[in-house]
Amino acid sequence: MDPAVIDLSRLQFALTVLYHFLFVPLTLGLSFMLVIMESVYVMTKRPIWRTTTRFWGVLFGINFALGVATGITMEFQFGMNWSYFSHYVGDIFGAPLAIEGLMAFFLEATFVGLMFFGWDKLSRVGHLFVTFMVALGTNLSALWILVANGWMQNPMGAAFNPSTMRMEVTSFRDVLFNPVAQAKFVHTVSAGYVIAAVFVLGISAWYLLKGRHIGVAKRSMTVAAAFGLAASLSVVVLGDESGYALTDNQKMKLAALEAMWETEPAPAGLTAFGIPDLQARKTHYEVKIPYVLGLIATRSFDKPVEGIFSLVAKAQDRIESGVIAYGAVEALKVNPNDIAARATFEQHRRDLGYALLLKRYVADPRQASPELIQKTAWDSVPNVPVLFWSFRIMAGIGLLMIAMFTTAFILVTLRKHETKWFLYIAVAALPLPWISTELGWVLAEMGRQPWAVDGVLPTFLGASSLTVPQLLTSIAVFTLLYGALAVVEVGLILRAIKKGPFAQHDPVPDGEPAEPEPAVA
Amino acid sequence: MELPIDYATLRVIWWALVGILLIAFALTDGFDMGVGTLLPFVAKDDAERRMVINTVGPTWEGNQVWFILGGGAIFAAWPFVYAISFSGFYLALFVVLSAMILRPVSFKYRSKRPDPRWRSFWDWGLFIGGFVPVLCFGVALGNVLQGAPFRLDSDLRAFYEGSFIGLFSPFALLCGLLSVSMLVLHGAAWLTIKAEDGPVTERARRIGEIAGLASIVLFAAGGFWVAFGGMGFRIEGLADAAGPSNPLRGAAAVRAPGAWLDNYGRHGWMIIAPVLGFAGAALALYGMRFNKAWASFAGSSASTVGIVATVGLSMFPFILPSSFDPRSSLTVWNASSTHLTLFVMMIVTAVFLPLIILYTSWVYKVLWGRSTTGALATNPDLY
Repeated sequence: MDPAVIDLSRLQFALTVLYHFLFVPLTLGLSFMLVIMESVYVMTKRPIWRTTTRFWGVLFGINFALGVATGITMEFQFGMNWSYFSHYVGDIFGAPLAIEGLMAFFLEATFVGLMFFGWDKLSRVGHLFVTFMVALGTNLSALWILVANGWMQNPMGAAFNPSTMRMEVTSFRDVLFNPVAQAKFVHTVSAGYVIAAVFVLGISAWYLLKGRHIGVAKRSMTVAAAFGLAASLSVVVLGDESGYALTDNQKMKLAALEAMWETEPAPAGLTAFGIPDLQARKTHYEVKIPYVLGLIATRSFDKPVEGIFSLVAKAQDRIESGVIAYGAVEALKVNPNDIAARATFEQHRRDLGYALLLKRYVADPRQASPELIQKTAWDSVPNVPVLFWSFRIMAGIGLLMIAMFTTAFILVTLRKHETKWFLYIAVAALPLPWISTELGWVLAEMGRQPWAVDGVLPTFLGASSLTVPQLLTSIAVFTLLYGALAVVEVGLILRAIKKGPFAQHDPVPDGEPAEPEPAVA
Repeated sequence: MELPIDYATLRVIWWALVGILLIAFALTDGFDMGVGTLLPFVAKDDAERRMVINTVGPTWEGNQVWFILGGGAIFAAWPFVYAISFSGFYLALFVVLSAMILRPVSFKYRSKRPDPRWRSFWDWGLFIGGFVPVLCFGVALGNVLQGAPFRLDSDLRAFYEGSFIGLFSPFALLCGLLSVSMLVLHGAAWLTIKAEDGPVTERARRIGEIAGLASIVLFAAGGFWVAFGGMGFRIEGLADAAGPSNPLRGAAAVRAPGAWLDNYGRHGWMIIAPVLGFAGAALALYGMRFNKAWASFAGSSASTVGIVATVGLSMFPFILPSSFDPRSSLTVWNASSTHLTLFVMMIVTAVFLPLIILYTSWVYKVLWGRSTTGALATNPDLY
């Protein structure tokens, strides 16, 4: 297949998924913060909490619209751009996507209209229930898409069937309770909660700096500080690494993000800094923190963590075994009742995917020379510097968030909401969690390369048989459309923030400084 | 593990379930898209337009999920169909998605600024978000009826021999126009029950009458074309209804002009679908002419169900025939997921579909009543 088609397909997927994920995490977290604020309103019946809920609800709505708009693309893109992937693993991968629709999308989309339009049509508790259903729906949606993604990282509960030339499910229980999927879910939604907390904290801080809407801003800040502290601890402590010891490729991802070429004897140390060198296959100027990596990766001090050289040697063995499996599949294509081929296949089926890596260089993996197999084994290493730096920036921001929310929590507990220096930090920190979550995806997806499905299907085989002009058209138009909508969205959010909580709905209560409304064009 | 329902039966159940999902999409988001298409023509000033938008404003989002779920269900139940149709119709689906991306933002962003040019821009966003997908869905179904130009190699990888322009054959365009008139009729009928009585419903009924007539004429012309235009495929010999999902194994499909009518000879009851298509449109016409709003809406709904069902029933067991290499054609018997996946997904659907219908009905009940221009001044939540 034309390599340009594969590169462009990957580019389009990366652009659309990273763009989609600018909006989704805010939706994930803000929906639950709305539930918290509205619960306080229902319990205290104080109108200021209703105003607070509705104000953040307006911002939620502007953001939600773009999350929905960009989500439409995601549901269809697997079939459009990753046709062979969709065929090859659809028997497993399609199910969580369909369940996501049944269990989550309907819930959030049906109730979100009522959340905005039902304030006067529902009782207080009735409306809170509706808001909660929206939050539940968005979070269930994250669960199912991460079950699907978790399966790509650690394909449990499935096996290749030569009669249908695809992976087929053997155990839905294994797919659902995949430990990688579970870890990913907790990690990803927590990251969403951090984003929402930073969003609310930053905007409240801006109001406090300007001396506007003090009542709403202080209350919002209190909610954000508590919610953000819990979320930022959860996102780091319940990180994504727990699954990294599970499979050869997960181990490879860990070795690559650590730029760890040689196996690290127990207790393994974590590299805090270094300059990975791809040519020399080593890392310069390493600074190591002892014990930490062993603790993260193996949950112990007595197990070594495998390095890239050792994992590449394993990959080479698996390619050789995979070529035998490939030969058996070809024999079964000709004669499905070939008992000898069936037996050979059963013995080597686990490594079939590794033989497919050779298809980048030869049409028939059985023709590959030992040198080619050796070279291809190095293809199993993802992009080390990208992973190394993505991980460090992501994790660094995560630690900063804990520090910021700990400070925020202490300040609001002491009722020192208006501590100037902290308010400046809170405003300045606004973009940080977005950088962190986007890098989190880069890490997860580029860390899995060269695989679309870990050890099963190489990415370059998964693409559709499209043409370069088709892909250029869709990339250009999506980029223009998405770019324009991003500008509009940011503009509308800034406008809504300027207008403030009392612009649309509620009279300014006593004790709030009355302020002139910005002129409306 | 022995599953309580056999593979062949589950394959038919899933054919019916996907059909039900697509019909639910046409029925619910159909009127949203019809209203979007009608927006610039039935509503002249800002108050009228807001009133029209608010007839679907709070509920369109849930309706759209039928489309998303349709995509997900096809992926789960028929991975081949998901993989081949969406990549084979790449640019067409890309146009649909781009138009549909405009819809959520148009609804949400339009009311955020009072500037007339701003509002007019998003009004056209709503028009495009309604008209373009509806036209393309019809064109796509026309192409499915004619067969799509793809072939499979021995790894079951799909290759395409068609072009974007090639999708717009005269027959496919006719199907596109039928789809537009059917859903414009449905949207007009929705406005007659949900919009404030007055100039807007007046205009909706006038356009609805034209759309109803067009539906009847185009549906008849399409039926004639399908019967005598050389279309149709048939499976040679006996298909293995419980065999492995591999189109290149088992009984082969061949071109067979006129074969799309075979099922009506074999199963006489299926004639209900086309009859419903015509009778529903006629009832809607009656409702439009004599100002019986509920007759209009019942009629347009029945017509939509009938027309979509006619396509599915005529083609059974085919889902996506290949015009380029009929052997590669996808059918209910050779393109599904495994027995286990179909079974598990059926259970999940049986649990959640009734729940969805239950809470969707509750939401419609809470939001019951006509959208009025008077409410716009007093309710700041409205779009």
